Amino acid sequence: MGKPTGFLEIERHDRSYRPVEERLKHWQEFIEPLSDSEVSEQGARCMDCGIPYCHQGCPVNNIIPEWNDYAYRNKWREGLDLLHSTNNFPEFTGRVCPAPCEASCTLNLQDTPVTIKTIECSLVDKGWAKGWIKPQIAAHHTDKRVAVVGSGPAGLACAQQLARAGHRVVVFEKNERIGGLLRFGIPDFKMEKHLIDRRIAQMQAEGVEFRPNSHVGVNVDAADLVKDFDAVALCGGSEHPRDLPVPGRELPGVHYAMEFLTQQNRRVAGSNTPQASEIMATGKHVVVIGGGDTGSDCVGTSNRHGAASVTQLELMPQPPEKENKALSWPNWPLKLRTSSSHQEGCVRDFAVATKSFTAGPDGRVAELNGIRLEWKPSESGGMEMVEVAGSEVTLKADLVLLAMGFVHPVHNGMLESLGLDLDPRGNVQADTDKYATSQPKVFAAGDMRRGQSLVVWAIREGRQCARSIDEFLMGTTDLPR
Amino acid sequence: MSQTSRRNGYGLPVEQGMYDPLNEHDACGFGFIADIHNKPRHEIVHQALEIVHHLDHRGAIGADPLAGDGAGILIQIPDAFMRKVFAKQGIEVPAKGDYAIGMVFLPRDHKLRDLAIKAVEKTTAEEGQVLLGWRDVPTDNSVLGESVKPNEPVIKQVLIKRGPNTPDRAAFERKLYVIRKQAHHALWDKDEGSWQDFYFPSMSSATIVYKGMVLAPNLAKYYVDFQDPDFATAIALFHQRFSTNTFPSWRLAQPFRFLCHNGEINTLRGNVNWMNARRHNMSSKILGDDLDKLWPLIGDGSSDSSTFDNALELLVMGGYSLSHAMMLMIPEAWKDNPQMDPKRRAFYEYYSAMMEPWDGPAAMAFTDGKQIAATLDRNGLRPARYIVTDDGLVVMASEVGVLPIPEEKIVQKWRLQPGKMLVVDLEEHRIISDEEVKNELASEYPYQDWLDATQIHLADLPPEIGPMTPDAKTLLDQQQAFGYNREDLKFFLEPMAEEGQDPIGSMGRDFPLAALSDKSRMLYDYFFQNFAQVTNPPIDPIREELVMSLVSFIGPRPDLLDLGSGGKHKRLEVDQPILSNTDLERIRRIENHVDGEFRTYTLDICYQNTGPNRQTMAQAVDRICQKAEKVVREQGYNIIILSDRCMDADNIAVPALLATGAVHHHLIRQGLRTEVGLVVETGEARRVHDFCLLAGYGAEAMNPYLAFDTISNIVAEKGEGLSEAKAHSYYIKAVGKGMLKVMSKMGISTYQSYCGAQIFDAVGLSSDLIDAYFTGTATKVEGSGINEIAEETERRHSLAFGDGPLYRGDLDVGGDLAFRVRGEEHVWTPETIGTLQHAVRSANYKQFKAYTAKINDQTAKLKNLRGLFDLKPVGKPVPLDEVEPASEIVKRFATGAMSFGSISWEAHTTLAIAMNRIGGRSNTGEGGEDESRYKPLPNGDSMKSRIKQVASGRFGVTTEYLVNADDLQIKMAQGAKPGEGGQLPGHKVDEWIARVRHSTPGVGLISPPPHHDIYSIEDLAQLIHDLKNVNPKARVSVKLVSEVGVGTVAAGVSKAYADHVTISGHDGGTGASPLTSILNAGGPWELGLAEAHQTLVMNALRGRISVQVDGGIRTGRDVVIGALLGADEFGFATSALIAEGCIMMRKCHLNTCPVGVATQDPELRKRFTGEPEHIVNFFTFMAEEVREIMAELGFRTINEMIGRREALDVRPAVDHWKAHGVDVTRLLAPVKPAEGVNIYNCESQDHGLEKALDHQLIKDAKDAIEGGTPVSLEYPIININRTVGAMMSGEIALRHGHAGLPDDTIHVKFTGNAGQSFGAWLSKGVSFELSGDANDYVGKGLSGGRIAVYPSPKSPIVPEQNIIVGNTVLYGAISGECYFRGLAGERFAVRNSGATAVVEGCGDHGCEYMTGGTVVVLGETGRNFAAGMSGGIAYILDEAGDFASLCNQGMVELEPIDAAEADDGTEDVASDPMRFDARRLKGLIENHHRYTGSSRAKQILDNWDAYLPKFVKIVPVDYRRALRDMQERAASETAALAGE
Repeated sequence: MGKPTGFLEIERHDRSYRPVEERLKHWQEFIEPLSDSEVSEQGARCMDCGIPYCHQGCPVNNIIPEWNDYAYRNKWREGLDLLHSTNNFPEFTGRVCPAPCEASCTLNLQDTPVTIKTIECSLVDKGWAKGWIKPQIAAHHTDKRVAVVGSGPAGLACAQQLARAGHRVVVFEKNERIGGLLRFGIPDFKMEKHLIDRRIAQMQAEGVEFRPNSHVGVNVDAADLVKDFDAVALCGGSEHPRDLPVPGRELPGVHYAMEFLTQQNRRVAGSNTPQASEIMATGKHVVVIGGGDTGSDCVGTSNRHGAASVTQLELMPQPPEKENKALSWPNWPLKLRTSSSHQEGCVRDFAVATKSFTAGPDGRVAELNGIRLEWKPSESGGMEMVEVAGSEVTLKADLVLLAMGFVHPVHNGMLESLGLDLDPRGNVQADTDKYATSQPKVFAAGDMRRGQSLVVWAIREGRQCARSIDEFLMGTTDLPR
Repeated sequence: MSQTSRRNGYGLPVEQGMYDPLNEHDACGFGFIADIHNKPRHEIVHQALEIVHHLDHRGAIGADPLAGDGAGILIQIPDAFMRKVFAKQGIEVPAKGDYAIGMVFLPRDHKLRDLAIKAVEKTTAEEGQVLLGWRDVPTDNSVLGESVKPNEPVIKQVLIKRGPNTPDRAAFERKLYVIRKQAHHALWDKDEGSWQDFYFPSMSSATIVYKGMVLAPNLAKYYVDFQDPDFATAIALFHQRFSTNTFPSWRLAQPFRFLCHNGEINTLRGNVNWMNARRHNMSSKILGDDLDKLWPLIGDGSSDSSTFDNALELLVMGGYSLSHAMMLMIPEAWKDNPQMDPKRRAFYEYYSAMMEPWDGPAAMAFTDGKQIAATLDRNGLRPARYIVTDDGLVVMASEVGVLPIPEEKIVQKWRLQPGKMLVVDLEEHRIISDEEVKNELASEYPYQDWLDATQIHLADLPPEIGPMTPDAKTLLDQQQAFGYNREDLKFFLEPMAEEGQDPIGSMGRDFPLAALSDKSRMLYDYFFQNFAQVTNPPIDPIREELVMSLVSFIGPRPDLLDLGSGGKHKRLEVDQPILSNTDLERIRRIENHVDGEFRTYTLDICYQNTGPNRQTMAQAVDRICQKAEKVVREQGYNIIILSDRCMDADNIAVPALLATGAVHHHLIRQGLRTEVGLVVETGEARRVHDFCLLAGYGAEAMNPYLAFDTISNIVAEKGEGLSEAKAHSYYIKAVGKGMLKVMSKMGISTYQSYCGAQIFDAVGLSSDLIDAYFTGTATKVEGSGINEIAEETERRHSLAFGDGPLYRGDLDVGGDLAFRVRGEEHVWTPETIGTLQHAVRSANYKQFKAYTAKINDQTAKLKNLRGLFDLKPVGKPVPLDEVEPASEIVKRFATGAMSFGSISWEAHTTLAIAMNRIGGRSNTGEGGEDESRYKPLPNGDSMKSRIKQVASGRFGVTTEYLVNADDLQIKMAQGAKPGEGGQLPGHKVDEWIARVRHSTPGVGLISPPPHHDIYSIEDLAQLIHDLKNVNPKARVSVKLVSEVGVGTVAAGVSKAYADHVTISGHDGGTGASPLTSILNAGGPWELGLAEAHQTLVMNALRGRISVQVDGGIRTGRDVVIGALLGADEFGFATSALIAEGCIMMRKCHLNTCPVGVATQDPELRKRFTGEPEHIVNFFTFMAEEVREIMAELGFRTINEMIGRREALDVRPAVDHWKAHGVDVTRLLAPVKPAEGVNIYNCESQDHGLEKALDHQLIKDAKDAIEGGTPVSLEYPIININRTVGAMMSGEIALRHGHAGLPDDTIHVKFTGNAGQSFGAWLSKGVSFELSGDANDYVGKGLSGGRIAVYPSPKSPIVPEQNIIVGNTVLYGAISGECYFRGLAGERFAVRNSGATAVVEGCGDHGCEYMTGGTVVVLGETGRNFAAGMSGGIAYILDEAGDFASLCNQGMVELEPIDAAEADDGTEDVASDPMRFDARRLKGLIENHHRYTGSSRAKQILDNWDAYLPKFVKIVPVDYRRALRDMQERAASETAALAGE
């Protein structure tokens, strides 16, 4: 397996980015892939651990040591098959996953984890390039019909698994195109959309029917769905954004991040937004509130628009540059993460609370007023924030993007009309064993069930939910969890 | 009427709880005394008893001081005496030879006794003999122990006269045999207890046995007859038993009717089965119809020795002579022995097809009254020394010096050698040599001709063609249906096919037992290999290959009692039992060859579970058995191939193991088994363990076609390297090697006796299943029945042929050997390890509780047996602050035995420092300890390990090491690899490790599988005594591994005076071990601990020994359950390592541990981050959790909690599809301690140290020990003075360390026969001189002292032709010198690390495993010299020129001695072992002459130039290379220095 001493002999070497000045000029991906021989060599670094922590770290439980070994031995196709056995869409995760697997890689104890994500991406990109990836059409079909609501990663994974088990699957998508946040949330420079299109083509061949512009609970009756189908999988995501109720929130120029990002994705795809409602950062002082991945995407997009300045604010204090491995590994560590978008130009400020927005002469937002925070241990054992007296700050802000995450799924419409129980956080109540909601025949998976999370978690839930549905429909199931 | 099904105790307690009387073991002191002139005299009886008295230390005393384990004596019938005593009753005794005396033990109950007496009278009459009368044997039971008295039988003698129709004495003996058997049978169907008390110690016209549950010295008092001067005999066979139990069993006292036995028959279960299997094809011209009256043949005792006696008796009655029968049952190692006479080899080969060896360590003494003889098994693992006097007395015993005979009368001193026989013929009045006896028997018939006519070798049959490998899709389906997973390919088949070795892994197993697993497991996974511990030694199948054999015979076995005809049956022989596809076709088509003698039937073992022909698996198995019976009984087939080749989408294969066991046992029950050969053609078997099981349950040969196909596919895919044929042959080789290792673990040398021997425990199988198909196998916790097995099989099958996406193109992940999410469950997961490490590093108890919650949570997935327990309070909860503090509880904690070498210095010392801080104990492991660790560190910490391990390699076990211990742990077995030795490869032996282990850097080190000074329980007692002498303050501990029967071993260990015993679970870890062992040997600790505790309590031995449990203890709950099942102390290895940073990489064996724990790589060691605080936190948290649970349960102290099974409740696994049948209630069986018997350790052992001669020595040498004033002393010595010198050396080492005193400061001269372990661990500065001779283990662990032994000046013997010291001399010697004027026994200088020795000849296996030092042999050596010798040098005087054939040249080279080498006297000869040979050798011979006065030495020195060319030098290849490397390094360093 791999090379027992590979990790001692071979340095970690990962994909690189095209230069900033070049990549800011376009919306395409800018990662430089490794050559086959480089990938193979990196695969040799895998230690084939007795306990592969990566494999637990990975939400879809990719059987990482095995395909690292396949890469090392240049058995690309075997590696790809194995990868596909746990992950329907490695080309998505190979691009946008934050790679918890690498955080939990044993070599991360030395900050030199195996380049797992790169190897994953290489395997699947090669598979597409070589034409190895074909539809897997079920030999036998059942007479069961399943509706999948939502076409993000959870819905797609769920639909693909069910179709491969021989069920008739219909995917309902409220937007005009399939893909959910994959298509509309993630900027093209991080993942180009043709990657989704070819998966849709594959799934159509496998028998999945896609119905865009079908907003269940709005223009499609939810109860009808339950009536017409043998099972319904709700994979509608967690789309209710967290708001910032401070004075000035209503000012023009203060937007949710997702309004900004979806517009841009449509723009790149060729469908332009009416000029009046366009949100552009060009020449503006942009403040992004929220330090997560969405915030980071806003930074990258703003810079590509040609913003005058970009500032990203975070409520929490600045995390350490380097985590304390002794207390964090193999878990996902809290540490300062600098994305490719940050590298493209951005000021990051931490422990700042936004108190209000002030309008400029044009009535649009012009300034952000904030105050610095100090975080102290609270009586309840947690941390609490205290405003530091006299530390008020004011920032120029022509465009403010709220990227503070999502609270829970949208309750209006479908969820309310189906009368589903919710968990205390407002997500659809269902466990991770059966994924069954409080209503018969109705299942839920992905962010709609677990709250906002990663693409890779969505894929996991979609797959597992499909298994549960298959078992529900047929009594037994061959689908893997 | 089956006796075995009753599982009663034959005087032992019946099976209860975890205790099973079948597991009892024994060992002993034994021997005989005989007057060659055959003059009966009263004195011989008393001499025999005196000898037994001198072997007292080889017997044992249990809780009751008067109750020994039994002693006895077998003598000629004292004719005059009998005449006299019967005359008093008015009965006239017929002429000598025309009458027999039956010695009878009768029930105490009147009614039963009358029944028994009537039975004897009735059958005597029926058989046409004349019963003349009965005599009450007078006894004095005041010498009986209280525990024995209730069982004392009524003892009578019956006088029987030869009947008128009985032509001769031989016929008379046969009739007596029939009478005895028949009489016995008459009571079998009566009341349960009755027949057990009815027993014939003997019934013969020649001999009589007096035996009983008395201490040997009391035998003469108990049997009043002994005091009569007419009570006379010319021979006496005697025996003192040391059994593992303390239950009084009169019938198990020895001798039996023909023999007494020191040793153990490992293959007993198989031998008994095979005997029963012969019923149908056995007939005897001599016994005629009487043969039928004898069944069952085996069975009036439960011990291996009594069973052996039963079988021997049948052969003798069937017409074999005693020595002939003995050669047949305990054959020498004949295969591949170039030195053996071809006729004798033919003899053995001929009989090997008739009967499988009764394999196991055995020294047997036997007699029929006309001859008295003794023999040793092929391994020669029991001591047997004898002397011959000038007036014709022969005394043979386990030790020399047991009878005070003046030296001037002794004309010969010799020993029994491995496989050899000593016969004293009382009619010819002479000793018949082994050579003569065997040549005569071997020439009696034309065995070679018979062989040529009947023996067919498979390889000689015409070639056939085997089927080709199927396409990839079919192959995958087959693999899946037979349960292959990715790990089978990755960890087993591929490496086996590429390297020809059974693959190696590391760490332990932490996944569920098969019955508890949620996965569909193979039937093989339910079985665990048994292994030898304490009561018999494992073998080293590599270094002692000469005794091993994989030869198998396929097909019908010849009639055992068909004497002298050469037999009609053809016999088919294979070199080893794994058949290639073409070999199998040869067997399938054999009918066309060999005159149609063989007919092969291929029996399909597949079935359908749907459709018109649907069957359940149980029905299918039944059909298969019926079919097998039919084709043998009615259709004349004599080879059956059980085949699953027909497995396909519709046909499900019955697990091959199930089919094999079922058919094998069915045919045994039908008495047909020996009429047919059983071959298994299966896609299922692939790992070594699988083949072992098939063999163990009766397969004579196996064809794993799917394994071959899989390998072919691997080879084809790789497209480079190995050819297909080569890969197959490597695989076969790997399986063979692996099987040899598994066999040798149990001390079994031949495949023939392993076949059908069932050396396994089942864990998690129902009794119904076992009784039906694996009859006689132990299964203690019930579990899966055939329906569950069917379910598992059918699940696999439908997965394989179904359309599940995961299995469409790939195998299951497996996940046993490395964690996988969709694989098997593990206890250690990323989550549990991460949580534990974060908890101990941040001193966060809450997080620790989160860790234990995760480990303990077995609600969804069962992981181990203790998961089936619930804790329940025994009283009101106790406030936490009233519970014993954590600081006290942690003192019961110890870390596991991991050597410096297997883990890094950092990892090792961190554990030691932490344990010393909390008052717990850390363990050195096997590898010595750097003496710098004995001094405290400046901050008060100490790196000293309180537990010092003494393992078979004895690396670094110096006197200084021993005296620096609080516990001395004798490692009998290790959880991950019980019954195996180990090997530290040369590249891991750096300078530091070499220094600590007293070896050479760069030279690999081998730990032998057995301790060469522990082949039996009495040997263990001796080693305990040795260690206790060196360091009287230390507790001596014995580490055992859980298996069925470990309880009785623990009882024996307690009787051997161990202060402490460890019961390890099979999930314990290892730095490197064959995967076969890690996964498949030993049992869970819950079983072993419960059995040990229950057995110790039943024996009233519990209080005097501390019981520790280890092997997968991870949480406070585990600790509490351990205590409740009976543990005083707790060991932690893997969990403690994890606390200091181990992340279970399972790479220990590769030296690539990325966290610096199990590696010696300096770069990787830097990555170690563990701190003593982490370990301290771990154990403190553990103790806190224990306290919390104790408070809930209502216990204030651990002592209160030990053995309190009522605090455990059983939680049935009702909703588990497989585990619902598992039942752990037996672990909780109530064992009521007798009044006043303690159930936790609170007493201490009486080691009898006050008797040691060393007290006198220490007193007399006080000034020398303390002040270095030289002293010279003299003492007489006899064999009961054991371990002389060790205690004094301990005193010296305490004061002066390993450096000791200046040379010859204390000089002691002894005169007489020294007991065992003379001069053990003798320190530097002490010189011992012995005029006389010595027993085994002279100079064991020698740490710098000097020993010289020479014969008494009064002795007329020729020293160089007689034995002077026993076996296993200089075992583990570190340094010092020895000179022996005479010959040494077997294994001279075994594992010598640095001592110098001169001897005038030695037995087999000389210099085995030697790693350093110099040995000179001025005479002949035995076979297998220098096996496993990796260091040091030896010089042999090879006058006969045949040494090369006696030397095992696997690791050494022979070379002449360079006489011409310059001798300018400027350089020290010690500086370079590769040079100055002539000078060195001469110097040593001069020393030899100086210290012993050897005339041999003088002769050589006087003719130096003539003798020098006859010397051969033995140099290990690696040693030479390592020395050269060191020299080169030194030279380049010097050069570099000069250059600066």
